[in-house]
Amino acid sequence: MKEKTRVDDVDRNLYDFRFEESDEDFYKVESGLTPEIVEQISREKKDPQWMRELRLDSLKAYNEMEAPDWGPSLEGLNMRDIVTYIKPKTEMVASWDEVPTDIKETFERLGIPQAERESLAGVGAQYDSELVYHNMKQEVAEQGVVYTDLESALHGPYSEMIREHFMKLLPARDHKFMALHGAVWSGGSFVYVPPGVKVEIPLQSYFRLNAPGAGQFEHTLIIVDEGADLHFIEGCSAPKYNIANLHAGAVELYVRKNARLRYSTIENWSKNMYNLNSKRALVEEGGKMEWVSGSFGSHTGYLYPMTILKGDNSKCEFTGITFAGKGQNLDTGLKIVHSGKNTTSAVNTKSISKDGGIGTMRSSVLVNPGAENAKSTVDCATLMLDSDSCSDTIPVMDIRTQSADVGHEAKIGRISNDAIFYLMSRGMTEEDARAMIVSGFADNVSKELPLEYAIEMNNLIRLEMVGSIG
Amino acid sequence: MSKLLTINDLTVNVKDKTILHGINLEVDRGETHVLMGPNGAGKSTLGNAIMGNPNYEITRGSVFFNGEDILEDDAAERAKKGIFLSFQNPIEVPGISLADFIRNSLDCKNGTRTKIWEFRKELDEKLKLLNMDESYADRDLNLGFSGGEKKKAEILQLLMLNPTLAILDETDSGLDVDAVRTVSAGVKEFQKDPGRALIIITHSTRILEQLHVDYTHIMVEGRMAETGDASLVDKVNREGFIKYAS
Repeated sequence: MKEKTRVDDVDRNLYDFRFEESDEDFYKVESGLTPEIVEQISREKKDPQWMRELRLDSLKAYNEMEAPDWGPSLEGLNMRDIVTYIKPKTEMVASWDEVPTDIKETFERLGIPQAERESLAGVGAQYDSELVYHNMKQEVAEQGVVYTDLESALHGPYSEMIREHFMKLLPARDHKFMALHGAVWSGGSFVYVPPGVKVEIPLQSYFRLNAPGAGQFEHTLIIVDEGADLHFIEGCSAPKYNIANLHAGAVELYVRKNARLRYSTIENWSKNMYNLNSKRALVEEGGKMEWVSGSFGSHTGYLYPMTILKGDNSKCEFTGITFAGKGQNLDTGLKIVHSGKNTTSAVNTKSISKDGGIGTMRSSVLVNPGAENAKSTVDCATLMLDSDSCSDTIPVMDIRTQSADVGHEAKIGRISNDAIFYLMSRGMTEEDARAMIVSGFADNVSKELPLEYAIEMNNLIRLEMVGSIG
Repeated sequence: MSKLLTINDLTVNVKDKTILHGINLEVDRGETHVLMGPNGAGKSTLGNAIMGNPNYEITRGSVFFNGEDILEDDAAERAKKGIFLSFQNPIEVPGISLADFIRNSLDCKNGTRTKIWEFRKELDEKLKLLNMDESYADRDLNLGFSGGEKKKAEILQLLMLNPTLAILDETDSGLDVDAVRTVSAGVKEFQKDPGRALIIITHSTRILEQLHVDYTHIMVEGRMAETGDASLVDKVNREGFIKYAS
């Protein structure tokens, strides 16, 4: 009879590569955060005055606020170690051919040109803090869709629109890391879809962190105007480094009347990353927000996309998966605020923990007094792959109206030996059998992703699952 | 040439309780063996022990397949060598379609990626043979399948994976008359190849009415009580297992 199975730590080498660059290629600011540094960033960015003020206000908030004391430990994070801003010398380029070879090779190994070839709408790939490669298919631009990096948009015809929306959903005083973001944000995307325009193919953006000790503070601002339709995909991968890495990005999404936005993310930060990302969506009357979220990487994660169903008959669907392996403490979840009448939300999350990984799933549903006939279902399933791992589900429901219909279901499971034997009796090795069961468990998410991302996610699961069996 | 399957003095414990007491059995290519006996006789235990279920501990004896000792092999290795067990209660696996499951099993078994078009064509043929709608292939493995559908899905796997030795554990239980006929047709298809062998575990005889049987073994309380030809089935049908009671 076989001994108890132990699955080894994941070999992340596939994603843990990096081309050595010499320091002279980069423009660097000193480690640590001072008003001088923030001013320097602002000057370098040629920020408009209001942005410069926003940065300095945010810095003030940052210095006044405390780090969260309720989630996973942030002890390994020393802000003085973090070089906040690193910019490759490369200017924005229009075509793939003009991207410098070393950067291109890194991206190529991450599969970006493939995705491009698969005729997806556009690629905004972020190398460290700056967009170096930005392309968009002509037909999408012809529909009047704006997809550009946020910095150049600040100086273009949409600057006023950006000013009206930038950090309005996610104000600096929301939490300490949002304040930090406001002070030093850099890079990211701006998307505007005009009324009635249906973008047929998903827009995608690939962010990654490369330099050791560099934080990444990209800002994504998406406005889907009345009756318009967009699918935006954000994929992340970063090479591994010894020094603590911080990611405190912000995603602000505006879904106007009868519009629909699907926002998909596969996050695969390397396992020294502190991922403190904030995402928030505001949905107007009859609009629909769809989240598809996969969290695989990071050492520590705080991630709770929030949806405000402001307009009557607005809807939110949330489909998510979290995979916490060895050394990972991933605190994920979501928050939904029902404010409009007849608003509905449907949440379906899966959480997997392995090798002592900790996965915590927080869901918070708030139904405001005016939100008559609000409907919400939250369904959380957890799979623990061994007895060392830990999974928690923390649901919060705050219902302030008489006519709401709110449900919550949580399931916790392990893979049964009978299931493993069944699959093995068909010729699969034990690790194949486990990987297959876990892939099946994650199926609700991969089904929601475009094919190449679904494949990438399944590969990630395989990578996480297939270790040595002893 | 050695027999396909040779079991000597096989003694099996489940959770420190001895279920099988020194079983001997030989099965050769082209043969169909029926294993009968009252509930709790150890028939399924024998099937699981041959397949390599780690919950069944072999304390004595040997199992040779194609002349090779397979007791050190795990279930996957035994499957690769050509052994198949049809489960009495197949496991439900959400998120994996029946077709993907079979294709993955084939990939693992053969060590190569199965070509999708040929695979799909063969799958459709077998589905048809088993009176299963094509849509079953894309449903989650066994999830929400009725008892009969699960059994048919097992036979589908049998026909697709093409083993040398198939052990069918209570494949006919819980089936209506039509389903028994369909499953029998599938099993007959498997029997066609003289290079293969079959062990049918059952405590009823309905499935046997339509199949050729070479040997019948009566198992009682973990021991082989009697071995005979197909006529033993009729005898059991008339007299039951009562005469074997200790």
